[in-house]
Amino acid sequence: MTSQAYQDRYEQLLAQDMYSLNTAEKEGALLPVIQALHQHHKLHSPAYSRLVQHYRDQPDTIEDVPFLAVRLFKLFSLSSISDDDVFRVLQSSGTTSQTPAKVILDRITSARQSKALVKIMQNFIGKQRLPLLVIDAPSVLKNKALSARAAGIQGMAFFGRQTVYALNDDMTLNTDALNSFQKLYADQPVLVFGFTFMVWTCFLEALKAQKLSLSLPHGALIHSGGWKKLTDKQVDNPTFKREVTRLTGIPRVHNFYGMAEQVGTVFVECEQGHLHVPEMADILIRDPYSLAVCENKTQGLIQVISSIPTSYPGFSLLTEDVGRVLGQDDCSCGRSGKYFEVLGRLPKTEVRGCSDTQVSV
Amino acid sequence: MTNQEKLTQAFCDALGIGPDQVKDDLQYNTIKEWDSTAHMVLISELENTFDVMLDTDDIIDMSSVAKAKEILAKYDVSF
Repeated sequence: MTSQAYQDRYEQLLAQDMYSLNTAEKEGALLPVIQALHQHHKLHSPAYSRLVQHYRDQPDTIEDVPFLAVRLFKLFSLSSISDDDVFRVLQSSGTTSQTPAKVILDRITSARQSKALVKIMQNFIGKQRLPLLVIDAPSVLKNKALSARAAGIQGMAFFGRQTVYALNDDMTLNTDALNSFQKLYADQPVLVFGFTFMVWTCFLEALKAQKLSLSLPHGALIHSGGWKKLTDKQVDNPTFKREVTRLTGIPRVHNFYGMAEQVGTVFVECEQGHLHVPEMADILIRDPYSLAVCENKTQGLIQVISSIPTSYPGFSLLTEDVGRVLGQDDCSCGRSGKYFEVLGRLPKTEVRGCSDTQVSV
Repeated sequence: MTNQEKLTQAFCDALGIGPDQVKDDLQYNTIKEWDSTAHMVLISELENTFDVMLDTDDIIDMSSVAKAKEILAKYDVSF
């Protein structure tokens, strides 16, 4: 049911190098794809169609593209496909809220997600597959409902040759697995992947507590999942990187930013510590009160735009994350396009009122 | 064994399906046996069988049995 115009344009976009166009050229390439997605979801998602009913027919610029609050995916099951075409339902981990988001995927959207993730990551870690150490327990993949955690691991598994899990099912270190991984691969490039908070608590802190260390001097660590819980522990990105290198010998560390509601669309940290926007996506920063687009360097709410999803109307989302665009087309890593940083989450709105003397359970 | 027979065997071993199911038009993620986890088992089975090293592009492009042949042909495995 996906429109041919969208499909063709998307393929063209993906065939490009992900970071070669400057911001103006990139908007020219991305806008038609996003316009096609807007029309597609208006046609196939009654909910989206109602949400944008007062919006004019077609956005003329990326800034004009309507956006949905990411929270809507926690409240509703938004779909642009028939029930028969549902391939899997992705659930966000819901670490910071009780209700996990539900993302409806068909086969083609799911395939697009994997392809985009691989294409973007290749730019940072190459095309070859490497021995992969996953900082998680093997049981994470056994759960029937696909969690965002499992989806991330499955996506990165494409880069793995001989995948080894660093943790036991009770989340303790699997020291035997770590020792044999190190013995086999200490002298060659390896890949390590995990979620930021788990890498810190279940891996780095566990190594430290057991007075262990690894030596993977040709390794690269890819991690994601947000800093909120680490900020609470006063761990920032430089501290994180320093501890990774000190305890594992891994010299290269790439964080990436991405939403469970837009799997595959990832914003990876370059050698300079900047998160880069690939050509198949965009980032806008909006003032939390006026929702106007902020100038570079001014902080506001992050809006994420992805060219991937046709099975659910989540191609343009206003997140609850705060960040700022640092610059465009001039990062010294050599990649074109915008680069930005994430500064944290919007503080949670407290449920309060003068008659609320009892906390509801 | 011909390369076609070897390929069929690799699919059967990796996915746990019968040889009659291994047709050119069999596609990734259309049967429950060929999901993303089994896909990685299949990749290493094909690598071992044909003594090739597949990269991430190959894995992503390998969306059917026919595609698998096309990709292996790049590595001088002919069918």
